[in-house]
Amino acid sequence: MKDRDNPLGDGLRHYILSCKDICKSYQMGATRLEVLKGVNFGVARGEFVAVRGASGSGKSTLLHILGALDTPDKGEVFFEGKNLADFSGRKINEFRNKKIGFVFQFYHLLDELTVLENVLLAKMAGGSALGWLACSDSAKSLACQLLGELGLSQRVSHRPFELSGGERQRVAIARALMNQPDIILADEPTGNLDSATGNGILNIFEKLHSAGQTVVMVSHDEKIADRAQRVIRLADGRISAA
Amino acid sequence: MYDIILPVRFFLRRRITILAVLAVALCVFTVVVVMTVMNGLVADFTDKNHAFFSDCIVSTDSLVGFGLYDEFISRLEKCDFVVSASPVINTFGLVESESSGKNAALDLMGIDIARHIKTTDFADTLYYRRDLPSLAFEPLYDINLGGCIVGVDLLVERQKSGQYRQLSYLPMWSYLITCFPLTPKGALAKTGTQLSANSATFYYSDNSNSGLAKIDSTVVYIPFDSLQSLCGMDIGAKRTSAIFVKFKDGFNINVCTDKVSLLWQDFISQKSDFMLAYLFGTVRVEDWKTYRRETIAPMEKEQTMMILLFALVGLITVFIIFVIFYMIISRKSRDIGILKSLGVSKSGIVRVFLRLAFLVGICGAVVGILSALVFLANINRLEGWLFDKFGFQMWNREIYAINEIPNEIKPILLAVVAACAVAACLLGALLPTLGAAGRKCVDVLKVNQL
Repeated sequence: MKDRDNPLGDGLRHYILSCKDICKSYQMGATRLEVLKGVNFGVARGEFVAVRGASGSGKSTLLHILGALDTPDKGEVFFEGKNLADFSGRKINEFRNKKIGFVFQFYHLLDELTVLENVLLAKMAGGSALGWLACSDSAKSLACQLLGELGLSQRVSHRPFELSGGERQRVAIARALMNQPDIILADEPTGNLDSATGNGILNIFEKLHSAGQTVVMVSHDEKIADRAQRVIRLADGRISAA
Repeated sequence: MYDIILPVRFFLRRRITILAVLAVALCVFTVVVVMTVMNGLVADFTDKNHAFFSDCIVSTDSLVGFGLYDEFISRLEKCDFVVSASPVINTFGLVESESSGKNAALDLMGIDIARHIKTTDFADTLYYRRDLPSLAFEPLYDINLGGCIVGVDLLVERQKSGQYRQLSYLPMWSYLITCFPLTPKGALAKTGTQLSANSATFYYSDNSNSGLAKIDSTVVYIPFDSLQSLCGMDIGAKRTSAIFVKFKDGFNINVCTDKVSLLWQDFISQKSDFMLAYLFGTVRVEDWKTYRRETIAPMEKEQTMMILLFALVGLITVFIIFVIFYMIISRKSRDIGILKSLGVSKSGIVRVFLRLAFLVGICGAVVGILSALVFLANINRLEGWLFDKFGFQMWNREIYAINEIPNEIKPILLAVVAACAVAACLLGALLPTLGAAGRKCVDVLKVNQL
């Protein structure tokens, strides 16, 4: 029987997240810009993969498609062998909430919430108010533990604009880890930070990787990408080397 | 839980939501204040009409009147739903002040004071004889003189504050009242070839303040029998222009009016051989509101127009909230992207912003209603202060028959306005919220990165 759910072949069955022939283009005025032109790519559980490429090469677009924040024009994305296109809206939301942890270049924290609440938001988003009441204490202690591990235990009641860039990115990492996701997708996580602070963030990713966390990181910087276990180069909308 | 915490945080930590609350509060304040005052004015006007004209009126527009009224009143008073009935003559006459020599053509109303005070609230309109209204036609200075009651605006100066400058004593003023009697056929009665005119002198015995400006500025009341004789309504058979009927409390006015109408039809069919039976054809039986429709209907129409205008205010509120929420959501698009990246559903996003709209609506309604309550509680004091300081008066009391600006608040009005305010907020927020929830989070996040 043909394995419909594993189109990359039996040899790649161990990939937790994979994509096949991903194409994506954008209309820019009168011209259509093809960003991804048939990308095939997979990430094994526990891997730390960096996707490197020049600005505009489609790294972030690929990451968004992998995380179901965007849909490809053509091609398929598989999570644990299941095609994301077959997921219902509710299941896609569940996938984003429980299976994926996003870390963005610009942190994307909510200014109205405290550091602790921003971290807890990931947990709150995945359940009902009643469900939250049942697990709020354990969630709070997990959030505090994560913030403590990331050196933010003194900052729990601060609001994002009261923090430095590095601190904000660490809050974003804590939020991404809150639901103990299968994969962390990090889009230029050090892009907005100085090299020392960025180095600290990369150390965190390395530490997470060594603890078994799957991480996919996008970066245009060769030195940063080289910190990953595996580096994939994206050029002209295609994987040029892996 | 995010859909409870986030609306509260967005509400408390965004200045723009305060502007939204103020916009709603302003609309609520305006609607509550104007509706309360206008409803009060209309209710006051209709209540005064009801009090003056009793519940049901059997009347004719003809100046000749109709006969056998005494017999019909006897029949009416035997009905279990009737308290009393009173004959009334409405006609015109020349009234000349015997001291100043000034004269004017005025409305004359002939009333049987004993019956009239039982049938209407006329007693409450009197000044000197309020405690002894049955003696209202007996001047205090000489009870043997024939008295007349004069509409308050004809004699008494009204101050700008709305109070009448009543004299502490009853002045002995006399009036020569002249009527031109009509025959039962409606022709002017003649003495030989000359038109006859009946005149009699009446002494000022009281004034009547019904609160109905047109009546208080044109009507002079004299005893029923005297006016009947003056205008020839005792020629042939005694006649009247109208019978005012008061129903017992708890009886439906419309139902009882229909019963009176049937009674009247029955009465005139039995009296078809009466020599002035042809006059019965012009008689109508109406409830007080129908009888006064010419004056009440325009006010009620104004009230309806006002409600329509305030529906427009409601639409403006919806539009303001729409614009404000469009701005809020434009500024919050990044947050929507973040929430979606965390797995929040479209309906979750809608819930967050609709709850924010609900908070804006509730707070706007509460602020608007509270400020309206405070304003209405002090509206007369405020108007008095404006009048004392700047001479400004919302309604000139020399013209409008109100003493105070009505400010009685109806809880149902507050509830309806508050519900409408919340509904307007939800409606105004719905479109931008649905639009925002439908956007791809990657588009929103990208836009905010640029």
